Amino acid sequence: MDFSTTYLGLKLRSPLVLSACPLTQEVDDIKRAEDSGAGAIVLPSMFEEQLRQERAELDAALEQGTQSFSEALSYFPDVGEFRLGGEDYLEHIAAAKAATKIPVIASLNGASLGGWTDFAKKIQTAGADALELNIYYIPTDPDLTSADVEKTYLDILKAVKQAVTIPVAVKLSPFFSSMANVARELDRAGADGLVLFNRFYQPDIDLETLEVEHSLLLSTPQARRLPLRWVAILHGRVKASLAATSGIHTASDALKVLMAGADVAMLCSVLLRKGLPQIAAIEKEMRQWMEQHEYDSIEQLKGSLSQKNCPDPAAFERAQYMRVISSWRPA
Amino acid sequence: MKSFTTIDGNEAVAYVAYRCNEVMGIYPITPSSNMGEWCDQWASEGVKNLWGTIPSVVAMQSEGGAAGTVHGALQTGALTCTFTASQGLLLKIPNMLKIAGELTPTVFHISARALATHALSIFGDHSDVMLARTTGFAMLSSDSVQEAMDFALIAQAATLESRVPFLHFFDGFRTSHEVSKIELISDDTMRAMISEEAVIAHRQRAMNPDRPVLRGTAQNPDVFFQAREACNPYYLKCADVTQRAMDKFRQLTGREYKVFQYSGAPDATDIVVLMGSACETADETVDFLNAQGGKYGVVRVRLYRPFDVKRFIECLPPTVKTVSVLDRTKEPGAGGEPLYLDVVAALVEGLPEGYGQLKAMPRVLGGRYGLSSKEFTPAMLKGVFDNARSAQPKNHFSVGIEDDVTHFSLPYDPDFSTEGEKVVRAMFYGLGSDGTVGANKNSIKIIGESTGNYAQGYFVYDSKKAGAVTVSHLRFGPTPIRATYLVNRANFVACHQPVFLERYDMLQPLVPGGTFLLNTPFGADEIWDRLPRPMQLQMVNKKAKFFVIDAIKVARASGMGSRINTVMQTCFFALSGVLPRDQAIEQIKYTIKKTYGRKGEDVVRKNIEAVEHTLTHLHEVKVPAQITSGFDIPDPFTADAPSRIKETLGKIYGGQGDSLPVSAFPCDGTFPTATTQYEKRNLALEIPVWDPKTCIQCGKCTVVCPHGAIRMKVYDAAALDGAPATFKSCDARAPEWKGMKYTIQVAPEDCTGCVLCVDACPAKNKTEVKLKAINMRPQAPLRLPERENWGFFLKIPDLDRRKIKVTQLRQQQVMRPLFEFSGACAGCGETPYIKLLSQLFGDRAVIANATGCSSIYGGNLPTTPYCVNHEGRGPTWNNSLFEDCAEFGLGFRVSIDKQREFACELLRRMTPTLGDDLVNAIITADQTMESGIYDQRERVAALKQKLQGNSSSEARMLLSVADNLVRRSVWMLGGDGWAYDIGYGGLDHVLASGRDVNVLVLDTEVYSNTGGQMSKATPRGAVAKFAAGGKPLAKKDMGLIAMTYGTVYVASVAMGAKDEHTLRAFIEAESYPGPSLIIAYSHCIAHGINLDAGIGMRQQKSAVESGQWLLYRFDPRRAAAGENPLQLDSQAAKTRIADFLMSENRFKMLTKSKPEDAKRFFEMAQKDAEARWQLYTYMAARKLGGNGTPAAPAPAPAPAAKA
Repeated sequence: MDFSTTYLGLKLRSPLVLSACPLTQEVDDIKRAEDSGAGAIVLPSMFEEQLRQERAELDAALEQGTQSFSEALSYFPDVGEFRLGGEDYLEHIAAAKAATKIPVIASLNGASLGGWTDFAKKIQTAGADALELNIYYIPTDPDLTSADVEKTYLDILKAVKQAVTIPVAVKLSPFFSSMANVARELDRAGADGLVLFNRFYQPDIDLETLEVEHSLLLSTPQARRLPLRWVAILHGRVKASLAATSGIHTASDALKVLMAGADVAMLCSVLLRKGLPQIAAIEKEMRQWMEQHEYDSIEQLKGSLSQKNCPDPAAFERAQYMRVISSWRPA
Repeated sequence: MKSFTTIDGNEAVAYVAYRCNEVMGIYPITPSSNMGEWCDQWASEGVKNLWGTIPSVVAMQSEGGAAGTVHGALQTGALTCTFTASQGLLLKIPNMLKIAGELTPTVFHISARALATHALSIFGDHSDVMLARTTGFAMLSSDSVQEAMDFALIAQAATLESRVPFLHFFDGFRTSHEVSKIELISDDTMRAMISEEAVIAHRQRAMNPDRPVLRGTAQNPDVFFQAREACNPYYLKCADVTQRAMDKFRQLTGREYKVFQYSGAPDATDIVVLMGSACETADETVDFLNAQGGKYGVVRVRLYRPFDVKRFIECLPPTVKTVSVLDRTKEPGAGGEPLYLDVVAALVEGLPEGYGQLKAMPRVLGGRYGLSSKEFTPAMLKGVFDNARSAQPKNHFSVGIEDDVTHFSLPYDPDFSTEGEKVVRAMFYGLGSDGTVGANKNSIKIIGESTGNYAQGYFVYDSKKAGAVTVSHLRFGPTPIRATYLVNRANFVACHQPVFLERYDMLQPLVPGGTFLLNTPFGADEIWDRLPRPMQLQMVNKKAKFFVIDAIKVARASGMGSRINTVMQTCFFALSGVLPRDQAIEQIKYTIKKTYGRKGEDVVRKNIEAVEHTLTHLHEVKVPAQITSGFDIPDPFTADAPSRIKETLGKIYGGQGDSLPVSAFPCDGTFPTATTQYEKRNLALEIPVWDPKTCIQCGKCTVVCPHGAIRMKVYDAAALDGAPATFKSCDARAPEWKGMKYTIQVAPEDCTGCVLCVDACPAKNKTEVKLKAINMRPQAPLRLPERENWGFFLKIPDLDRRKIKVTQLRQQQVMRPLFEFSGACAGCGETPYIKLLSQLFGDRAVIANATGCSSIYGGNLPTTPYCVNHEGRGPTWNNSLFEDCAEFGLGFRVSIDKQREFACELLRRMTPTLGDDLVNAIITADQTMESGIYDQRERVAALKQKLQGNSSSEARMLLSVADNLVRRSVWMLGGDGWAYDIGYGGLDHVLASGRDVNVLVLDTEVYSNTGGQMSKATPRGAVAKFAAGGKPLAKKDMGLIAMTYGTVYVASVAMGAKDEHTLRAFIEAESYPGPSLIIAYSHCIAHGINLDAGIGMRQQKSAVESGQWLLYRFDPRRAAAGENPLQLDSQAAKTRIADFLMSENRFKMLTKSKPEDAKRFFEMAQKDAEARWQLYTYMAARKLGGNGTPAAPAPAPAPAAKA
């Protein structure tokens, strides 16, 4: 059975990809992921804004109180060069590449054009096989139109595409007025892949402290429905590869998103809960299912139930909504 | 090829010392600290010495320790040197005698500084080096930054050659901190100067078990004397050796030096003899006077010890009639200052020998100048010559001050100036926080390194840490600059902060036609009327050119916040014309890249953007012919200040201290307390505003305030009569205070805006949660109404202390702070503890303060933060030294106890006169509570009343000691540098004494006052000076060590983590009738945390929650009661140590400079914390009592405490 797939023009031995998460932070874990059968890994996101913030903070901390008081013209030794340009990250790419044979996809995270292009180049030089742009943007400014927001995404993508030759995927949020249009525009602008979807950490309120909380919630299997829908809709309509992420916890989840049209199924929460060997378990179960159902290859089932190829294209459209609601009865 | 560099004196010296040595023993002390810091930094960067090896730089616990280590390193053959100043040199003297007695070559580099006498001073004079005269060290004086570098090498060469150890000294601050363009000595020159044979000979004399010798014998009267004389030949040839080294140096570099160097008229009649930086000014002045036909000369004493009489006399012109010898030191009671006596002796001895060309004994006059970096100007030197030429010259004079008490001072014409046309002179008034000094240092480098001009920069800093004012003095010119005094005739004056318009007469030094640049939010068309009258007058009269820029606007637009340095620097270059404008701007940008490059591209980009946007915002103001201003520069102190205080301290505060005569000062260094209240510094842009409706009256805002600027009062409603309209009040919530009113009031002009109080406030507004019970609001519109409210608040009577439940913070905080508005950093982590102490015990506190931050903000003139209550009682305070605070404080205790004991004896003796009841009541009084103390005060007052008019010796004696019958609270305060390092031996002894003393260690985990050097309190992994690669070892657990005595009360506290725990610890410590040690975690600017964001207390909490800092109390009284004396008051760690470490840049920066080391240290720090937690939980859980109990003996109670 051919379990391989092609994603971002890269030939992967498996469609199961470890998404950007803490599990790709350590080279040992990356090796374990490879041993467990991951087709590729996406490194944790490099937060461009965070880097900039860190530089500003360090500068402020080292400058604070200096050249003011006769006895203490400074408070810290001059330690020479600081590694403030994400050197750790670049070294991590190189180390990951050296330790594994599977493709290593770097991930850049940010909200504005900023220093993306410079760092993207460095990522390429460091040896990454591809780059995932994780553009997060919460458009809180009422003066900002949807077109402005979409333009930001396109501008970032274009700038990065000009800077690097490795494939570039864009990880998107689902909050666009016209998801399909945005996908097509990104596709036209040269995106080699679309990763659906970015899960924003949604804030919560702590009633005791009266503070807004930012705790991480792992995905639930229900979350898989959203990427499934959009992968299915976009399959065959864009040239870019498609990756489904969020809520893919089991072999059947993975099979479903692949059938909907994804080139890869990205795993994270399930591995955080159950550990990296779960990749192998999922693969095993997928293979069993494929054997039982006489599929020869991943390619064969990819997109077989996309909107284009499924018997009931309308099932992926909104009209379905009312019917689901009206058919629901309390237990 | 000549290579120039622009550096300060300390770096110039360290540059040579590092290359010529293998071992350096270091310890921080101003103004020498930087030399050790440079060496430590170079070593950590792997810079090698002349012989290709990286020197070992070892930081010690004190200068004495450094000297001992240096002595040992020398004895075992390493090329070794050290650096120090002032008290530090004093601590090295015992070893210096040994080193010299053993004829061991070494150089001690000294940035000469005043010794503490009636007061401490960090500034420069020769009183420290003069005290080392008898050590047997040769003493070589350098006069400028260039000479400091040159003489560091000459001293090194001469010591190796002569075997006589050298003390190389140069003026603290004036030379050590002056930034100057100098010629760099090449490694080749250094190699050529240092005799390898001499190095090898030094090694061969070393202690070596392969050819053992013994030194350090004890000798008896039969031989000691002869043996002491055996060194004579080395001293006799030392001057020759030194001169030979100087001659060789001339051959290599072209710079000529003499052991005694004469300059001036060959037929001079009047000369001065002096040492140090003033020689440069003297040279400049003599040249100026001789050009006008004068016959003056200067003898620079370079090799002061051994004093070569022959060479000295030989350098004098034959025509000399008067010799004025200027000493930068004072020896009260001596027949004259040391250099004067040396010159007198040399002439008396040398003339009969027929040395030199002098035919007759000239008149020799001695005088003092320049103590504590007091200015020494050409005008003063001319005054000295005028005195010498007068019919009846003064001897033993002083110059540069007005002595209207003993009339020793010389008059001089302050308008006399030698400043030439070719030198550009500029002054810049800035705030420490706006980056003015840093930018000026860069400007000097730009000019020094990209033009043929010579450049000089000298910087006058503030003694306040919050809102520190800096004045930069810059000179540029085509020839080396010899003016070693402040700019007093400026071509260019820049005011970087509009607030200074109200404070300083900045244009007084501006020359006619000069340029004034002002940073102001007002445009060119509106600024004129907003200037004070004297400033308008100066500009009109001087036909000044006037420019304005809104630098804050430009800086903010470029993301630079309030750092206006590059903006103002660009303006300076554009206006001064020192460099062509475009070239200047290119150079500024280049320097920005060099300075900030390592901090990342965005920091560079912001600065460059600021430069690019500057010139379009720079506008010339046409100076009108009319004076329009109706206001003057206001008095520096508030109107309610007593006139005596206004006239002295007020003048100092207003920058007029130099004008005060001797009579303005006490003869013994005694000053009134409670004077910070008169300076209204208005530092805060925003101040806290109280919302009574949201307030839960917890007292957390007031307890954390570092400056005593937010306070609470509880009072009867009647006190509100006549309250200003905006005065806020609400009902007090505590049941005990039912029916009373409650107010939280801010001192709007004393608050520094540090936000700690707002951060600490736990109350939240119900409808808008971002609001708390206090919220920051712009100060300007609140200034006047809140000033009135503050005045009213102060007049409301304080609550009777007997009615306060002191263990409850919400009640205790009503106690009036007797420590207010100190000059500590905004957001300081130390001062809240001192303020708490002052609230609880201040009215009977006697405080010994170790030198350091707490002595500087606690006792730096002009104003003092320790203050008094409505009865006039308050802490009495003194700073002895850095190292002896515990012993000094113990002296207080012993003295007070003795006087109390004596008072009790006298009471008993006088019982028939005074009556049984009163005597018994006083002697047996229980003074453990406020009410007991109150009653005792009443009794003592009654006693004094009874003693009035009784002229018996017993009565008079009793009257003189009766105050000691009221329980005194003796405190020793200091930082970790004192307690963990330099003062530890003494502290340990005092803790073992059993006496009723209280030690408060303000533990910032680093030497804060001298700029962040590592101490033994520094935690593992923290980056500090002397630990640039992160401190590899864990923090010393001083509390644990103290607990081993079993008789010491020990508490480890962190106010930001648990304020009531801190409160309880203070109360328990003070009440414990034996030694108490409180180790108080104090967040600090040297932690690399954003103090402006008010996060200090939060950091304390994080430290405790991660287990990095433990809270506990060890009370021997519990042991005596059969309980475990240790109470662990921390919870088990909630977070990882790394979470805390990464929140402070002192740790985090290591992850950015040495990530592997950081990872290792952080992991070790986690293990440290776990091991500590395990140990303390074990110790706290031990069951005591019954057989085999490790019983803690009760302390020997001190008599006063028992009363």
